[in-house]
Amino acid sequence: MVGKIIKRTYMGLIFLFLYMPILVLIVFSFNESKSRGHWGGFTLKWYGELFRDPDITKALYYTFLVAFLSSLIATVIGTISAIGIHNMGLLGKKVILNVNYLPVLNPDIVTGVALMTLFISMNMRLGFTTMLISHVVFNIPYVILSVLPKLRQMNRHMAEAALDLGATPFYAMRKVIIPEIMPGVITGALMAFTLSVDDFVISFFNTGSGVTNLSIIIFSMARRGIKPSINALSTLMLITVVILLLIINKRSTKGDELIP
Amino acid sequence: MKNKSKYLAYPYVIWMAIFIVIPLVLVLYYSFTSGNIHDPGSLKFSVESYGKFFDSLYLNIIIKSFWLAFLSTVLCLLFGYPVAFIISRAKMKHRGLLLLFFLVPIWMNFLLRTYAWMAILSPNGFLNRVLEMIGLPTLAIMPGQKAVVLGMVYNFLPFMVLPIYTVLAKIDKNVLEAAMDLGANGLITFVRVILPQTIPGIVSGVTMVFMPAVSTFVISRLLGGGKELLIGNLIEQQFTVHRDWHFGSALSIILMVMILISMAVMSKVDAGNEQGGAALW
Repeated sequence: MVGKIIKRTYMGLIFLFLYMPILVLIVFSFNESKSRGHWGGFTLKWYGELFRDPDITKALYYTFLVAFLSSLIATVIGTISAIGIHNMGLLGKKVILNVNYLPVLNPDIVTGVALMTLFISMNMRLGFTTMLISHVVFNIPYVILSVLPKLRQMNRHMAEAALDLGATPFYAMRKVIIPEIMPGVITGALMAFTLSVDDFVISFFNTGSGVTNLSIIIFSMARRGIKPSINALSTLMLITVVILLLIINKRSTKGDELIP
Repeated sequence: MKNKSKYLAYPYVIWMAIFIVIPLVLVLYYSFTSGNIHDPGSLKFSVESYGKFFDSLYLNIIIKSFWLAFLSTVLCLLFGYPVAFIISRAKMKHRGLLLLFFLVPIWMNFLLRTYAWMAILSPNGFLNRVLEMIGLPTLAIMPGQKAVVLGMVYNFLPFMVLPIYTVLAKIDKNVLEAAMDLGANGLITFVRVILPQTIPGIVSGVTMVFMPAVSTFVISRLLGGGKELLIGNLIEQQFTVHRDWHFGSALSIILMVMILISMAVMSKVDAGNEQGGAALW
């Protein structure tokens, strides 16, 4: 009995710790006064300001454009490469997988500055293209890592049977292999998309010429001090996340995993 | 099929060479040279950048980075283990929901989560206003090391809880009952039966918290107020403000090597436990 109370209190405190900052942001996003300690009445003006702020809307646009394009490119390259890697000899597989692991294991800041060094050494102007490439670079490894296990689970003879029955290799891949590994491909694509939306460090070093994403804009705003429209932005993002999680959770009760 | 489809991986091999291997080689190259980076002819071999580490200013920053990351990792383990344990022992129908609620905050943008703590801890922030209102003295946590550690624990706690939870959920209940039947009390069962089985989870949790903590520059910049420089801030400054690529590269190499070494050590601990787990008790 006492144990139960201790457990509940402990979990309560942990959840308070986790949610308090978010709740404070949400409450103050409706605050008329610009100060964070003072309640000046209910308002929605920060939400209006948020959508009138050209910097924020531009960052929002680039965030989702880069996330969409980079996860799409990474999913295609990653899936094709994973099929290739799966069919390689032991040594080649080991070397490729180890190099593929580097962007996952390396601290983001090292990956970020290393790519920036490459782009500048090649005389490339930092901007949209370099940011997109850098996102594809860190997304592909995650796609490969989520597709490979599905390939290993797959029955090897299925593809062979398709070929024996007269399917061209491309047809066998489209009709037999791809449907089998689809759950892994989707998990990889979702992971790539989320990582890209959330990325700050790698984008920070590899963008320029006015191209930013949400994380970069929040960082530069936070550095200058508090801006109430960030509170409004957090509230909207939290609502989006909760809705997404509820949808994923609904899907997961049908048999998929909750966490990608 | 086997022989032909391996060619599908070849374009990616070229991609990896260009975008993974060459950038790291460039960083290594710049770390061992000095001169003007925009004039390749002026670059010559030098270990000057590595020599700077013995400057007490930089040495202190590196030591501080590792110390704060270590502290946050220990705190995450201390607070996170019970969380993982309680969730894994909850009724099946509550478990998914508890885990979901635990994960919602990490789906929020990392920068926003850190910004939220700024709003709470800053000198005129929420916390101090509340303290003022109830007549208590105000706190000066931010900017400072305490705020940085708090930000690290807040941001990385789920990375500790998840792997430990995964291992705990897999433990066979019958083993625990057997231990109890054989006369072990709760504490002994935990120390001798549960804890050893969760070492792999602890190892991956520690790695997943320590790595981002030691290399962060956002948390230290926002919650440390620019006074609590860490190795990540040092690297960032060399590339964006001082334009000293040589020193920045050397710092990156040092950070990378230290992290790879600690990961190798951690995986040794993990492997050692699997082979000779009995030696632990």
